[in-house]
Amino acid sequence: MKLDPRRYDEMIGRASPPSPVVRDCAWAFCVGGAICTLGEGLRQLFLIWYDKTLAGTLTSIALIFLAALCTLPGWYQKLAAKAGAGTLVPITGFANSVVSPAIEFKAEGWITGVGAKIFGIAGPVIAYGTLASFVWGVLYWLLGKVG
Amino acid sequence: MNYVWAFVVGGAICVVGQLLIDYTKLSPARVLTGYVVAGVILSAVGLYKPLVDLAGAGASVPLLGFGHLLAQGVQNAVDSCGLPGAFTGGLTAASGGIAASLIFGVLAAAVGKSRDQN
Repeated sequence: MKLDPRRYDEMIGRASPPSPVVRDCAWAFCVGGAICTLGEGLRQLFLIWYDKTLAGTLTSIALIFLAALCTLPGWYQKLAAKAGAGTLVPITGFANSVVSPAIEFKAEGWITGVGAKIFGIAGPVIAYGTLASFVWGVLYWLLGKVG
Repeated sequence: MNYVWAFVVGGAICVVGQLLIDYTKLSPARVLTGYVVAGVILSAVGLYKPLVDLAGAGASVPLLGFGHLLAQGVQNAVDSCGLPGAFTGGLTAASGGIAASLIFGVLAAAVGKSRDQN
């Protein structure tokens, strides 16, 4: 059977599994969506007793606690290997990025090990987030003065 | 309906992160940092609040929501105490999440054993 390159590409396209990017994105969508849905459930629960702001804070704290629990036996890392950004981008990923090195670097001591390495990823996130919010705060103040 | 929007919006925000990782090879630390800064900017120009109103935790749980929290906090603090609020507002609003991460991190180190993280 003779095939021109274009038809050959079509056949390959039909026969091969979805590209890694499509598979990665499907995992990220489902796992990320599920974590956010769990968060929404917790938020609705906290809204029974608390106002919007406090319910939001408590939702974050609860998700961070659950992420820390799942990081201890290594479950979060196992899920992250498949879910990629689905486990990284939610606040649980931030929690994992704090808890995981804290456990990992315990062997290097409580100060230069746990205490320092805990900020390996959280440090830049907090530093640049705070800087950005400061810049916005100054702008917002100036806008208030002008407007 | 709340839950459907939370799932779809939260999932979509994660897909954007996945595309960044797959196509630009950004490290996780850079993606997280970028998300928080982007959240501050989106919130500052007024685009993020409508998303939070629509999707609830779907918009507030991803790290973009953390940036939104910083920006909102700084705005409220500037409203109530002027320019010094630019220093205090952000971290005050985000303090619950940051404190929880650090506290549970150290506690986890106390009870956990160093292991291969993969």
